[in-house]
Order: sequence, then C-alpha cells, then structure tokens
Amino acid sequence: MLDFPQWKRIWLWGLTLVFCLAAVPSLFALSGQKYPEPLAKIYDQSVNLGLDLAGGSHILLEAEPTQVAAQRLETMEESVSAAMRRADPRIRIGDISRREGRLTFMVENPADVDRARDLIEPLTTGAGLTGQRDWTIQVVDGQRFVIAPTQAGIDQAVNNAMETAVEVVRKRIDALGTREPTIIRQGDNRIVVQVPGLQDPGELKDLLGQTAKLEFKLVDVEAQASEIQEGIARPGSQIIPGAPGSDFEGSAIAVKRLGGIKGDTLTDARQSFDAQTNEAVVTITFDSSGGQRFAKLTRENVNRPFAIILDDQVLSAPNINEPILGGTAQISGGFTVESANQLAISLRSGALPVDLSVIEERTVGPDLGADSIEAGMLAMGVGSMLVIVLMIVTYGRFGVYSTVALAFNVLMILGIMAILNTTLTLPGIAGFVLTIGAAVDANVLINERIREERKRGRRVVAAVENGYKEASRAIYDANITNFIAGVLLFLFGSGPVRGFAVVLVIGLFTSVFTAVVLTRMWVAMWLRKKRPSELVI
Amino acid sequence: MKLLKLVPDDTNIKFLKYRVPFYVISVLLIIASWALVLTNGLNYGVDFAGGQEVRATFTESAEAPVAEVREVVGDLGYGEPVVQRFGEPNQVSIRVRLPDEVADDKEAAQRIANEVVAALQSDFPDFRLDGNDNVSGKVSGEFFTQAQWALLFAMLAIALYIWIRFEWQFGVGALFALFHDVSLTLGMFAILQLEFNLTTIAAILAIIGYSLNDTIVVYDRIRENLKKFRKMPIPELLDLSVNETLARTVMTSLTLLVALLPLLLFGPAALFGLTSAIFLGIFVGTYSSVYMAAPILIWLGVDSHSFVPEETELDKQEKAARGLA
Repeated sequence: MLDFPQWKRIWLWGLTLVFCLAAVPSLFALSGQKYPEPLAKIYDQSVNLGLDLAGGSHILLEAEPTQVAAQRLETMEESVSAAMRRADPRIRIGDISRREGRLTFMVENPADVDRARDLIEPLTTGAGLTGQRDWTIQVVDGQRFVIAPTQAGIDQAVNNAMETAVEVVRKRIDALGTREPTIIRQGDNRIVVQVPGLQDPGELKDLLGQTAKLEFKLVDVEAQASEIQEGIARPGSQIIPGAPGSDFEGSAIAVKRLGGIKGDTLTDARQSFDAQTNEAVVTITFDSSGGQRFAKLTRENVNRPFAIILDDQVLSAPNINEPILGGTAQISGGFTVESANQLAISLRSGALPVDLSVIEERTVGPDLGADSIEAGMLAMGVGSMLVIVLMIVTYGRFGVYSTVALAFNVLMILGIMAILNTTLTLPGIAGFVLTIGAAVDANVLINERIREERKRGRRVVAAVENGYKEASRAIYDANITNFIAGVLLFLFGSGPVRGFAVVLVIGLFTSVFTAVVLTRMWVAMWLRKKRPSELVI
Repeated sequence: MKLLKLVPDDTNIKFLKYRVPFYVISVLLIIASWALVLTNGLNYGVDFAGGQEVRATFTESAEAPVAEVREVVGDLGYGEPVVQRFGEPNQVSIRVRLPDEVADDKEAAQRIANEVVAALQSDFPDFRLDGNDNVSGKVSGEFFTQAQWALLFAMLAIALYIWIRFEWQFGVGALFALFHDVSLTLGMFAILQLEFNLTTIAAILAIIGYSLNDTIVVYDRIRENLKKFRKMPIPELLDLSVNETLARTVMTSLTLLVALLPLLLFGPAALFGLTSAIFLGIFVGTYSSVYMAAPILIWLGVDSHSFVPEETELDKQEKAARGLA
C-alpha cells in the first residue's frame, strides 16, 4: 500500500506538474497582468472569464416558430397561385384560405383536379431523414384541396430559419465592430449572444430587433383617404402603417399587393447623405437581376409614387421622377445618421428569416467585474491561509502535506479549466473557495483515522496504511454523491451557475487525486526514509 | 510539538438519548419552514419572478439615495420596487417585478428595463449603471421549473446511490436528512426574505452535497461497527459511531466555515447570497447528519443482520454437517 515504485512517482509528479503549468496563463489573466510574450509562444490558453467577471452583455433571443410556419404557408399560397395561373390551360381556383395553419382552396372545374395535383406535388419535398414529406396534399369533396404542413416539415423550416438567423446575427454584430462575440444557437428556437466589454447593449438590441425585410411596392393612388383611415383595403391592395420617425408616423398608406420588389437582391447598403436635402439616407445597390427588375418597375411607373417598406412599415413614398437604371437607389425616411447606418448594416447582413425578440438580457459593467475578481481573490487567499493554519496546528506534518496538496489542487483545477477552455464565473470563484474548504475533508478523514489506529495500538506504518485504506471508502462515496449533485447543477443550471458546477465537478476529481494519492506518496516517501517509531498526529 | 485536538479522545456524548425531543423539534422546524414558505413566500429575484434588476453606483454620493430611488421607480407604476444596498454604501440593486398581466408578453421585461434606467438616469445625475438583468416571464418560468427538477432529481439520485451502496434504510435516512436541510434552508430564506434566485439553487445543491458528506461518513462508520459489534444494542452503536466520527465532523465543518468566512466578509457583493446560504447550510447539514440521519435508522429497523449476507441452502447444509460431525 505504501509502496510507490519510481515509475509511479514520476508519473504522478508529471501529471501534477502538467496540469499546474497549464494554469500559468490563467493566473496572469486573473491578476490582470500581461502574459509575457516568450511564454505565450510555448503555451497560451487560459480560462475564459465569464461576463460577470469581464463585464459585458448577455442577450438571449427567441424566435416564434409559429411565425416561420405562417410565412411558409404564405409562400405556399403564392407558389400554388402562380402554378395554377401558369398552367396551360389555366386552372381556375377560388375560395383560398389559410386558416388553422392549412391552405385550402377550391378547383372550379372538377376535371382539373388531377392536373392541379400533378402541379402541386413538385412543390412539396421530403423533410429530414425519415422520408416524410414536408406537406400533405388531400382532396376532399371531389374538388377542394387541403395542403397541410407536416410537423417534420415545420421543424425543418424552423431549423433552416434559425441557422440563417444565426448567420445574420453574426454579420450584424461583426459590422458593429464588437470584439470576440459568442453567438450560439440554443435549443430549437433560441440564440445566445455574449459580447464581452459591451456596456450598453441598446444599439446591439436595436440592430438585432430589426428584421430588415425591405420591399418596394407601388402606392395605390385610387384608394380613398377615408378607406385607409378605416383600415379597409381595396381588392388587390393592402394597408401599411407608417414607420415611427418617418413622414407617415401615425398614419397609413395603401399599396398594391403584387408586382413589388423584395430587398433580398441587395448586394450592398451604405449610409450616405442626400445631395439636395443633406438628409441622412441609405444608398442600396442591387445585383444584376434585382437591378433589372427595379429598372423595369420604375420605367413602367414614371410619375407614380412607390412605397419603401421596411418590416411592414412605410418609410417613405417618393415619386418616381425618372427610371432608375443604374442598379442603385436611395432610401429616405427621416433617418438620423445613426439610424441610417444601422439600417445599412441590417440590409447588408440580410433580412432575418424570422423576428427575434430579446427574452433575457444581463449586463455587467467592467469596473464591477474587475472589483469582483479582486475581492474574490482576496477572500480566496485569506480563506486558504485560515485553512492552512487550522490544518497544520491540528495535524502537524500531515497537515503540511494536505495543505501542499491543497495548493496543487487549486492550480490543477485552474489548469484543467484552461485546457478544457471553460468559463470562470463569479459563482465559480465561490466554487473554488468551497473546494478549498472541502478538499481537505479527505485528509481530515484520513488523519483522524490514523489517529484512531494509533490509539488502538497499531504500529506507525500499519496505522498510516489502515488510515488511508479505511477512509477511502467514505471518501469515494462522498465524492460520487457530490458528483451527482454537481452534474445535475450543470444540466439544470444556466450561465454563471454552470460555472459554479464546473469548478465543483473538476474539483472533485482533482481533490481526490491530490488529497488521497499525492499525500499518500509523500507520506510513504517520508516513512521509508525516516522509519519513525512515533507519529505526531 | 503538541497538536490541537478539537474533540478530546474519550468523547462520549449520548447523542441518541434525546433523539425523540430532537426529532420532534426538527419535524416542527420542517413544518414551520414550509408554512413560512407558503404563507410568507420567498423573495424571488428576477431569475424566477421575471422583470428587471438594475445595479447602480451613485458616484458623487457617499450613500445611495434609497428612498428617492424607491419613489422614482415606484412612480413608474410597476408596483413597489425592491431597493437594496449592495456592496458599498453608494451602491444599490433595484428590482422591479413583471406585472402579472404581462407574463405572456415576451418583451415586457425589456420595456420595463428601458423605462427604469431612463427614469433613474434623468433624475440622478451621478447614476452609473453597473449591471442590468432583465428576464422575461417565459424564461423565468422555465428557470423555475428547471430548478425544481434539479433539486428533486439530485435528492432522489443521491438517495438511490446510497441505497445501492448501503441498505434501503440508509437511503431513506439520507433522503430525510436532505429534505430536512432543503426545507430549513428554504425556511430561512422565507423568514429573512433573502433574494431567492438561480444562485440560491446552486447554494442548496452545494449544501445537499456537503451535508451528504457528513451523512456518508457517519453511515460508513455505522456499517463498519455493525459488522464489528454484532451484539451491541443499536442506539449504543449509533452513539459510538457518531462519537468516533465527531472529530472529523467538527474539523471539516470548521475548515469549510473558515474558508467561507472571508468570502462572506469581504468577497464580492454579488456572492453574498450564495455564500450566506452555504454558510448557514453547513450548520443545518452537520446537525441533520447527526440528529436526523442516524436516529432514523433505529425506527427503520437497522440491526446487526443488515450487512450479513443471507444464509444460503448450502451454508445451512454445511452447518448441519459440522453439527453432526
């Protein structure tokens, strides 16, 4: 039991030193000092500081899956109508509705049903790996089609939308020039954004809250003001409210439903100034197909107004004075330089496929974070000193062994956290302190047991040997149950609390290693060398 | 060198003698705690209640104008805010809860956040925003459910493990001791109206873990003594086991307490809740290991047969054969 062959000693020391050395960059980071350049060339990986220590913002965004489903249904309606229109001869349909998340419509001539089905079927595809389709097509009462989305289809659509959303969010945050943001998809329909050092997340939230769906639609000039006021749209038109800050704020406008242009063919958007009014505007550039469509629309509608619509709100409705052929256009709408710049960023990074709303936001000022680290370190230092004094006055030489083991333990936890690239949070510091208090528990158990064995008259080596052996059982049981609690804390906790769990769990492993294995090696070496006949413990 | 001995060698405290009165007291405390939690309620932080928490420093003031802040934020019409000192005298945390009627409105917390910060910034020129948490009703609801599951699972998983490693009576005993610890901690939070949030759950799980350490050490010794002293009456054996492990129990609780004390005294203000909960929990946990987890074994019928392998047919035949010979 007390036999430690050379290879085992080398192996144990090696393991200890590797993990302790891995902690060096983190120690520099925590004490706020610069890590020396030559050292950084050899090894440079430290723990991440959580936002509560580094300062910064944490934002949790959520998309509403029903919105994705609704949009999909709308697209399906457009595709079906288009397919029926283009069919030769044309298939007349009527009574279209999108109620209850399903698309239903009537084919006017029952003889067309089979032809319609052949045209609609290619619009649905397989979803996922199960071979399920993304829509089901049914014909009821001989001529009524019911096209319903399958769950697999909706799930896939939400998944695709979220993947795109993460990319768009990343582009927008990068455009703000923020440092090292973390953008992670969480669960089915959430995105976590963490930006260290960002104090005021207002601008970021505004940017992420904008879907940036840009549309150009012709104004329905025949609509009566009274109709618009009452919210009644003429056939083929729709009523769109004005955007806050624009000339249309508080009022609304009627536009033609079809024949507009969507902003998804943009290649660039920049904030600039209008040459005549010196007002802040956004200059957009279309790709070639978008440019052609824009040229066609403006050529055919000279001297008529068209509405610039952002996220279903009208920004402005200028007259088309002459065809716009160059593939660039200007958007005005009562912008400030900041809001124009923000819109430009949003347009450049593309529209979000789904609205995102902020459902959780946490910000910590950077001063507070630095203060917390300092206070935490001080508390940890004083706490360790007290534990060391207590252990040494109680157990003498054995107390020294356990406190040296304790120091290795703290370094090893930090080293392993650095290697695994985990995050140290404020509760994580509390986890360290708790680990310091609890790690010596194993040594207390062992030392008390050795005392007992000596009292019963066992000889020195046998007492030590039995002490370690008999105490191990309780040590392992206690650590396994703590491990269970720690893992559950990790699984159910969030953010900073997870940081606490990480330290606790890593600390369980390292403390068993340092408190049981390392101290046993040291005690064994001492016993072999000195062969004492008395034990002060 | 003379070493410190916190517990004298021949300590023999008759812990079990007063087990009935202590049990009555503890059960009453558990009932009282739950009654408090249900009537007085817990002071849920924004993690669980949703809403807005602002941490701020009044840079030009020696002391934060708590009353004025309460008035300014109260005037916004979201009910009485909770304004507490936080760390330095000129630092405060201001909590505004989410009104019940907007629980389904995801961005309500967001709107309240903007209003609160704007109002404070305009009324107090030296207002510095240090931190700002806002949690929507939806997320806070999820946090709350998750926290409950975490506590429940942890207690059951641990009890199951102890059952497997020891005997069923020990599993039940540990579960009861844990229930005691969690109940009393909740009771303390209810009576002191300390903020109850995600960090508190972390604290409770840490308490569960360390209270269990104590329990396991005592149980391990009981198991050992059950095998060693077959004829000893159970109450006496339990007393012996608790006394034998007393030195360790005292020493471990002490090291934990001295490690946590500096954190409590001059650690970061944000950790005060976590540390104070664990600090109090250590006392509760140590007590429960001695007075709850051990005595219950008597009533659950642990005896010297508990750790003896069942006699098989083969054993009986062998015994019979030896008897004949």
